[in-house]
Amino acid sequence: MDFGFTAEEQAFREELREFLRQELGPEHKGRTPHDLFSREFSRKLAKKGWLGVGWPKEYGGGGRPYMEQLVYGEEMMRHRAPAGAHILAQNMVGPTLIRIGSEEQKKEYLPKILSGEITFCLGYTEPNAGTDLAACQTTAVLDGDEWVINGSKIFTSFAGQAHYAWMTVRTDPNAPKRHRGLSMFIVDMKTPGITVREMDTMWDYLQYEVFFDDVRVPKTAVVGELNKGWDYLTTALDHERVFMGGTVAQHQRFFEEVVEYAKKTERNGKPLSKDPIIRQKLAQLAIDLEVGRLFAYRVAWLLSNGIVPFSEASITKTFTSELERRLANTAVHIMGPCGTLLEGKRAPYDGYMAWEYKFSLMMAVGGGSNEIERIIIAIAGLGLPRP
Amino acid sequence: MNLDLTEEQEMLRTSARDFLSKECPKTLVRELEEDEKGYSPELWRKMAELGWMGLVLPEEYDGMGMGFMDLVILLQEMGRNILPGPFFCTVVTGSLPILFAGTDEQKKEFLPKVASGELILTLALSEPNALYGAVGVETKAVAQGDSFVINGTKLFVENAHIADCIICVARTKEGSSPEEGITLFLVDAKSPGIKCEVMPTIGADKLCEVVFENVSVPQKNMLGELHNSWPVIEKVLEHATIAKCAEMVGGAEASLDMTLSYVKEREQYGKPIGSFQVIQHYCANMWTKVDTSRSILYLAAWKLAEGLPATMDIAVAKGWINDSYLFVTERAVQCHGAIGTTRDHDIGLYYRRAKSTEVAFGNTDFQKEIVAQQIGL
Ligand SMILES: Cc1cc2nc3c(=O)[nH]c(=O)nc-3n(C[C@H](O)[C@H](O)[C@H](O)COP(=O)(O)OP(=O)(O)OC[C@H]3O[C@@H](n4cnc5c(N)ncnc54)[C@H](O)[C@@H]3O)c2cc1C
Ligand SMILES: Cc1cc2nc3c(=O)[nH]c(=O)nc-3n(C[C@H](O)[C@H](O)[C@H](O)COP(=O)(O)OP(=O)(O)OC[C@H]3O[C@@H](n4cnc5c(N)ncnc54)[C@H](O)[C@@H]3O)c2cc1C
Repeated sequence: MDFGFTAEEQAFREELREFLRQELGPEHKGRTPHDLFSREFSRKLAKKGWLGVGWPKEYGGGGRPYMEQLVYGEEMMRHRAPAGAHILAQNMVGPTLIRIGSEEQKKEYLPKILSGEITFCLGYTEPNAGTDLAACQTTAVLDGDEWVINGSKIFTSFAGQAHYAWMTVRTDPNAPKRHRGLSMFIVDMKTPGITVREMDTMWDYLQYEVFFDDVRVPKTAVVGELNKGWDYLTTALDHERVFMGGTVAQHQRFFEEVVEYAKKTERNGKPLSKDPIIRQKLAQLAIDLEVGRLFAYRVAWLLSNGIVPFSEASITKTFTSELERRLANTAVHIMGPCGTLLEGKRAPYDGYMAWEYKFSLMMAVGGGSNEIERIIIAIAGLGLPRP
Repeated sequence: MNLDLTEEQEMLRTSARDFLSKECPKTLVRELEEDEKGYSPELWRKMAELGWMGLVLPEEYDGMGMGFMDLVILLQEMGRNILPGPFFCTVVTGSLPILFAGTDEQKKEFLPKVASGELILTLALSEPNALYGAVGVETKAVAQGDSFVINGTKLFVENAHIADCIICVARTKEGSSPEEGITLFLVDAKSPGIKCEVMPTIGADKLCEVVFENVSVPQKNMLGELHNSWPVIEKVLEHATIAKCAEMVGGAEASLDMTLSYVKEREQYGKPIGSFQVIQHYCANMWTKVDTSRSILYLAAWKLAEGLPATMDIAVAKGWINDSYLFVTERAVQCHGAIGTTRDHDIGLYYRRAKSTEVAFGNTDFQKEIVAQQIGL
């Protein structure tokens, strides 16, 4: 056994750190919409060859092994790098196109993704299709040479900025099983008939509703085989897993900031860090973070060894998202009443902790709710029967 | 034993619930979060007409002469509806110190105006040192002729920006214990030298930073005894802690109710999500927290109302209810899925307030320490 990183992995980490420190500075908070989405930053990453680091070299990717992809994810997350403009394209759209896209689609989209020029949004969720994605009601009907799309999507991150939507549509309303009638489409967001409405989230995220009203797209919008959308949707989710493991690094940084605060802030003539209750709380978080990090490493290691880590990825996601909530809650708690401030001179870390208390709601809901992730662990991972 | 509310209390609850759901819809709550003042003068007037501001004030001061338990019932409804505005600081932390320690003259001057809704009061206690208890009071008041001059900074002062009078807790003498040397002053909020700024808290609840810079207060505005008024504040805080708990329990009840209706109505996989066992367990756990919180709230409120020693029960209540409100609102959002994380949905209003009320009048660590002392540790 060897839990260490190789010299190459270590060198890659250093290179990334150096770059991110220069570009973002040590104080980068990564919480305003601008901090989450910056095309300029995506282009800079592209210039360094750091978009699609895990894609095969023959498609212009970095061809980096899983462990290096993990290192990449960790550093991006640790520095709260604005990834909104490229993340979905890099982690989902690109890898899926490489696997099942047509030659034309690969030629059309892959280079532009790698150069940071185009942004995709992900149109899966609908008002009546949340966890149950197969309940998708947005339809596409063939009319001559074109598909005509009607319906709506909701909670679509970055739809207002995206050039394209990667989305599920119902192409066979008569399929014997609901999920067999779905197809995956790429839709140009400039197509007439699309309207985008911004949603107001608790933490000022870039999130939208998207309405499709007789939106006509060419036949080439279909990705892979018609009515096989469900298969692509479920495998597309796999590609995110290594990168997702990197979120622990983001929480680690947040944690370090709380520790720093506890050391330098005096209450009643003593640093907070000497308060036995606060010490216990911080120590517990340190334990949780170590456990979370090990999950992430294990996922990357399994993938490196050709094993698809279903339960391990699901547990990384559930554990990490719940850790994030505990962390935010404890951070605000430790900072006392001022921890509840969102901004202003008295707000520690410029209100990041109070903002995180709201933002930490996201990950246990988005990207497959924790309830569903646990069901996946039980059924797919542990072989338990379905209810 | 009798765990029932009286008929009058039931009536108060029903009428308050009807009134608030009609007069204080969530659209107004949202509007007032953004509003500079943060309250609706019209709604304030209507509440005064109902006699709410004078609920616990004796009839001789134009109050309704009802008991603390009645106030708890009313506050529970206000918390359920997250009523914005200066009710809490005027009636609980504002009028109680005057009622407990004021001279006849002071009571006559202030309390009828509280009852009629003419006067907004607030209590300035917490300071930047973030310490609960008397140790936290560093603001100084120094006698000068027949006045006192106050200097210091107070934080998280509720609605100070709209208050007419601020009750300032100040140190007038260095004593052998932190509790010694504390004096209260009724300070005209428009006095020269007061600077007030609303703090951007997660609960958007109009808590203010108030700076006192050479603020002169006439001696007659001293409330209670010179140097010896910490016991008054302690008594006020006991009531205020339970009053805050009442709001929190109301908020937790509303969050649970909202979640129960949502999970019955929202369908996924062709079934209401409330039919999934995990959601059922969440709801059962939420209900457990709400039900126990209510009992523990009433126990402490009853002891206070009866004048029984309640230190332990108050700490147990706030400690338990802090955690319960956080738990319930967090699970509530989880049961709602993504819609619960939008500003358009009401559940987020409660989620944010659970965190801001947790730190009011002592967070859980502080309460646990009191419990530890009470059990002889
Ligand atoms: C910040 C954020 C960004 C997002 N971005 C995107 C995006 O870019 N594109 C996109 O398509 N979607 C996006 N989503 C939507 C996300 O994928 C959905 O929120 C998620 O699929 C859950 O659906 P829902 O919110 O409708 O909850 P629901 O499905 O209504 O679920 C409500 C609750 O019921 C539980 N539940 C549901 N079914 C079951 C079951 N069978 N057993 C047990 N429990 C169950 C859920 O776990 C949850 O707790 C985003 C969400 C968030 C919060
Ligand atoms: C100390 C002790 C004394 C007892 N005394 C008596 C007695 O005097 N008389 C008597 O008749 N019995 C007695 N019992 C038996 C007791 O009532 C049973 O243990 C109980 O009914 C559970 O049945 P089981 O043990 O067969 O567990 P099972 O029913 O097999 O359950 C196993 C597990 O599955 C869970 N489970 C089962 N169904 C569901 C479901 N639908 N959804 C979710 N989870 C589920 C259970 O909660 C449990 O965790 C006693 C048990 C103990 C431990």
